[in-house]
Amino acid sequence: MTKWINKGSKPTRTGFGEGVKAAASKNDMIVGLGADITTSVGMHFFADTFPERFFSLGIAEQNAIGVAAGLALSGKIPVFSTYGVFAAHRAADQIRISLCYNNLHVIIGGAHAGISVGPDGATHQALEDIASLRALPNMTILSPCDATQAFISVQKAVEELKGPVYIRFGREAVADFTAEDQDFKIGKAHRMRKGDDLCIIATGHLVWEALQAAEKLADKGIEATVINMHTLKPIDKDSIIEAAKKFSRIITAEEHQITGGLGSAVAEVLAENHPARLLRIGMKDRFGESGKAEELLAKYQMDAEGLVQQIVRWINS
Amino acid sequence: MQTFYNQAFEIRKLILESLSEAGSGHTGGSLGLADVFAVLYHKVLRHNPLKPGWNERDRLVLSIGHVAPVLYATLAHAGYFPVEELKTLRKLGSRLQGHPGRDFGLPGIELSAGSLGQGLSVALGMALADKMDNRSRRTYCILGDGELQEGSVWEAIMAASHHQIDNLCAVVDRNGLQIDGPTELVMKLESLTDRWKAFGWNVISVDGHDQTALIEAFESAQKTREKPTVILAKTIMGKGVKSIEDDYRWHGKAPSKEQLAVFLEELKNSRRYD
Repeated sequence: MTKWINKGSKPTRTGFGEGVKAAASKNDMIVGLGADITTSVGMHFFADTFPERFFSLGIAEQNAIGVAAGLALSGKIPVFSTYGVFAAHRAADQIRISLCYNNLHVIIGGAHAGISVGPDGATHQALEDIASLRALPNMTILSPCDATQAFISVQKAVEELKGPVYIRFGREAVADFTAEDQDFKIGKAHRMRKGDDLCIIATGHLVWEALQAAEKLADKGIEATVINMHTLKPIDKDSIIEAAKKFSRIITAEEHQITGGLGSAVAEVLAENHPARLLRIGMKDRFGESGKAEELLAKYQMDAEGLVQQIVRWINS
Repeated sequence: MQTFYNQAFEIRKLILESLSEAGSGHTGGSLGLADVFAVLYHKVLRHNPLKPGWNERDRLVLSIGHVAPVLYATLAHAGYFPVEELKTLRKLGSRLQGHPGRDFGLPGIELSAGSLGQGLSVALGMALADKMDNRSRRTYCILGDGELQEGSVWEAIMAASHHQIDNLCAVVDRNGLQIDGPTELVMKLESLTDRWKAFGWNVISVDGHDQTALIEAFESAQKTREKPTVILAKTIMGKGVKSIEDDYRWHGKAPSKEQLAVFLEELKNSRRYD
């Protein structure tokens, strides 16, 4: 069985930022837009290398999305990165009409995803961004599990998509464990671990936590399959249905509200195709708070130990 | 100077006919912009109705998508598509959506828009791309005055002057009315001149029905460097149909079949010739 090794912890925002720079060095059409928090959202790699293609637009996300739409209508490939909360909520109408209705190839970086944003607290922890964006026609949503995959997500978003894409990533350094030469297909989930008892479908940072949880479960005699759902829209129905046919228990794990995100997407596929028992792990209809990333992940039972506890409790209930 | 009042008359006629056929839609603002559109499409814009995708064309972004009838009438009259098709306005399967939609394939539509406060940002992005590429084409954006109550518009206004986007020209349809009544009662906008100037724009105020003044304003905008230009076009909602002029109740209403005959008569009586 594949043993996943942390090559060295690294923030997914760094993977995203380095990915934008790498893509831009191959493609002149890429233009960067900034909303004041350039370094924080990983865009400084690009901005420092290609200053003539980077435009500061100030703290004005609604305008930035519109500008991105206009650039795209002129053949550019704009990348606008900001905190997920501001992209998905402040600029929601601009994303709906100027981007999605016009179906324009714009890459939105959704930074500071999840509770692991930490001390900044509830205002800056993107926990409803997937829910807000998942219902929009033409939108693609990527949620890479580590810095390597974040890097690759950008290349794929530039090369393979024609419409708007939201790439979701986090703040803190997390395990960087996937291979640089991985076979990454938008819309096709990765099975990371094989086990016969239950299936954990995780996304983003919680993929690593789910893998660690699976090892702990194995110590208790429970073998878990772990799936990395790196694409949240379009969701990989086939992988979910296949899991439902094999396992009577499915668990979703995401740094997001359990409504509207991965948990809901999986529930929809299960209910319509092959019902299975489902446990949704994530934020349970409440806002976050301040604290260290690891403290918050532990408190809301989204770290490996928390996943194990929730899963064992569910099995025994 | 050559004027285009005959074209404006034809455009107004087509607006009334298409709206009456549709049975719903925005009559007042559409009529009010007919002179601006006649001047734009017959004098100012570099465009070719036979090649709507021409790469060097100037681009017009209609931020106030609800006045789609004036855009559709102008495009059809200019030869982008058959005038007959105006009869499909707002109907199922039509390329003439209630608010413009690119997806539906109507030639000459640059942007799907209609949610207020978005168009200027998009126009700014288009103009910015042209600056990056050293292209000479220009971008125009038609805004409503009530639309200026949307905060996002001021984000775009700020950004356009910051980046010295002088290939961008905004036109504000300053008819002073919105759905709930006079703009100054709903949410005060004046002094618009001072406000745009304070944000770093070149501001030109004109009578939006004086075509000579409009043409001069557009020419002045073209010559202005390092600043975007806004033309505050003072218009009369419902212009050309005396009985509904300046009546905010005609913002979002279409003439019935009976009203159409009366309105067309009024239009003829107030007609101005070149």
